[in-house]
Amino acid sequence: MSRPSTSDPSLGSEPAARRGRDTWTAALTRWVEGLVPKGQWLPDRQPVYVASWIYVFGVACLASLVVIIASGLVLTLGGVTWWHSSTVGHFFNSVHLWSVELFFATMVIHLWGKFFMASWRGNRGLTWATGALAFFGSLGTAFTGYLIQTNFDSQWISTQAKDGLNAAGFGAYFNVMNLGQMVLWHVSLLPLVVGGIVAVHIVLVRRRGVAPPIGAADPTTSLPAPDPEATLGAPAPEGRRTESASVRTVGSSQGPGA
Amino acid sequence: MMTQLLAVSQPVPAGPVVQWGWVTITVANLVVILAMILIFVLALVLPFPAPREDEDR
Repeated sequence: MSRPSTSDPSLGSEPAARRGRDTWTAALTRWVEGLVPKGQWLPDRQPVYVASWIYVFGVACLASLVVIIASGLVLTLGGVTWWHSSTVGHFFNSVHLWSVELFFATMVIHLWGKFFMASWRGNRGLTWATGALAFFGSLGTAFTGYLIQTNFDSQWISTQAKDGLNAAGFGAYFNVMNLGQMVLWHVSLLPLVVGGIVAVHIVLVRRRGVAPPIGAADPTTSLPAPDPEATLGAPAPEGRRTESASVRTVGSSQGPGA
Repeated sequence: MMTQLLAVSQPVPAGPVVQWGWVTITVANLVVILAMILIFVLALVLPFPAPREDEDR
């Protein structure tokens, strides 16, 4: 006999907490809802120190990633040699290239800003670590992009990389001279890895809040200490991301929970 | 078709490089790195536009 749905009105007399534990779907729903405190997915108010150009580069990097993915999806329609024979293909190939240039430039400036701000402070170590992983994952994705240009440039790069990987003992695990393998790595495997890491990074930024400059009050730590048992999947304590009275905010007149 | 083959088979020139001892870098890469450092410094010193009055009520 299957378990009754939690939305069944006939279960009105059963305690809500008990019903919520009955199904994995309910548990998954609570986990997703608890990833980021209510109202913090796209907050319209931020601490006043966020009104600085140095805080722009993270989201600029994210915007570049959106353009990279969109132009890359268009390029998959024509294949890896499309850009050699079509002006449309060449245009989208150039959009893809220059959005990658912007992506790395803004990511590195973001990294510099966060490094000199010591952004791992305030229980943000995992945010820093996932940012570093996203950087290294992006490097691998970019390198495989160089390999699938289908020109002498990619041929030269792939043979040099093959020599290097063979010398380092990794040559038997994957073949950078195999165009089909590298295309799939570039358009499927590595984007999934980078996308997943970036998603975790953004969730952590939303949970912990953006790092304050050194010396500024941190709204996340001026409140009662966070629950040490709390993990990424557990609901964040209520009010943990609520701004303290000592930190002015910028944004619309709506509160953080709006 | 020949034009396309020619376009594919043309080597991509690396462009001019600058050298200081054992350091060799293309001018293009050097320009990009210097531009990034400049943008980083400007981001620290330039004032951020203030929110409009009606948004800060």
